[in-house]
Amino acid sequence: MSGAKTLLPSGDATRCVGAGQCVRTAPDVFDQDDGGTVVVLVAEVDESHRALLDEAAYLCPASAIAFTERG
Amino acid sequence: MNDENGAGDLPELPMTRECPYHPPAAYEDLRAIGPVTRVRQFDGRPVWAVTGHLETRELLSSPHMSVDRFHPNFPMPIPALTQLQSSRTPAIGALIRTDPPEHTRQRRDILPSFTLKKIGVLRPRIEQICADRLDAITAKGPVVDLVEEYTKPAVAMVLSQLLGVPFADREYFEDLTYRRFDPAQVVDALADLTDYLSRLLRAKETDPGDGLLDDLVGKVLAGELERDELVKYALVLVIAGQETTANTIALSVLTLLEHPDQLALLLDDPSLWPNAVEELLRFLAITGGLSRVATADIQLGDLTIADGDGLIFLNPGANRDEAQFERPNELDVRRTVRNHLTFGFGIHQCIGQNLARVEVEIALRALFTRIPTLRLAVPMEQIAVRQGLVFGLAELPVTW
Repeated sequence: MSGAKTLLPSGDATRCVGAGQCVRTAPDVFDQDDGGTVVVLVAEVDESHRALLDEAAYLCPASAIAFTERG
Repeated sequence: MNDENGAGDLPELPMTRECPYHPPAAYEDLRAIGPVTRVRQFDGRPVWAVTGHLETRELLSSPHMSVDRFHPNFPMPIPALTQLQSSRTPAIGALIRTDPPEHTRQRRDILPSFTLKKIGVLRPRIEQICADRLDAITAKGPVVDLVEEYTKPAVAMVLSQLLGVPFADREYFEDLTYRRFDPAQVVDALADLTDYLSRLLRAKETDPGDGLLDDLVGKVLAGELERDELVKYALVLVIAGQETTANTIALSVLTLLEHPDQLALLLDDPSLWPNAVEELLRFLAITGGLSRVATADIQLGDLTIADGDGLIFLNPGANRDEAQFERPNELDVRRTVRNHLTFGFGIHQCIGQNLARVEVEIALRALFTRIPTLRLAVPMEQIAVRQGLVFGLAELPVTW
């Protein structure tokens, strides 16, 4: 779609406290490694994920989740 | 604090619940004064009480909030907690009373056991535990105390399997919260439990099992963790995981029985349960009185929290903040609320929250699926409650 933005999710494992909120919110974007901290599963997602990423960032108790835009 | 003189006129904490499933009515009065407002502790010291949802999120995620219980201004929400400054209880306080970087290291030690995958694996075991208890209950009827026969033993069994603590020894950790909040018993109760856990962990070094504590014993043997530290971890996990969960389940049962329209929705459509659990967590929020001390001046709108000020977060109040939730005092199992503050917020947000969610969901669904005609055996007003830092029902007599 012309003008559609690509979203680039990020998870800061050094800030992460392993609450799991991001995984519960957007399991196709975020996961936990064996140590329990965040891993980002995909480098980019399309605009349809914006609400989920917003929610994941809002619910994260340690401010470890964010995303940037491209396009 | 910069206004010691006016403390005598301030509202006093702790406040008690008039209705088992609503926060103390005075929390709304506090929020009407301000989402962050001055109150007086039982010992006369003034402190900030936080009942606003937005303000709770902002302050609990501030890097300038300490949980150092030895700070002179650290708030004491209830009298019994002052006893915990005793030198006989050196093992308390891991995780919940440590600041970074110590907190970060401790949380990382325990986190691998609480991933969503690890918790998911426990589901069938929790379902079996609940089913076994329900077999015993239905055989026993027609009047049963669900606290003694279901919520307490089921949660103790889950905890004992998860940690690797023998279920037969549950006397050491059951009811500990209440003994802990009794000034006359608290130090002995914790000293007994600490001794017990020290012996258990030593024995596991040569006779390991498959629980969370056994994994951590492995780290001790590998030289990655101190023995004393492991005792502290065991203590906090045992304390935090038992009565919070058991009380939430029992109170949820009572609340649903008192809201038959909501229960009917769940009986009609069991897929609503995960959603309902989140709403019950928001609505009930039995843990309150989270204590913090500011380590820098914090500006919050027009308000300045000064360096060294104590704060008590009344999360059951914040969960009823009408600025955040529509019809906050109504239980609505169809609403989607994921931003309640029942598990806290910031770096100390409950490490066991996803286990608690699974336990509450399975225990409730199993109970009402098995006994859909469940009802109270006495009027709600006659049910004995336990006020305190963790609110709970002392009993829950039911029949069917």
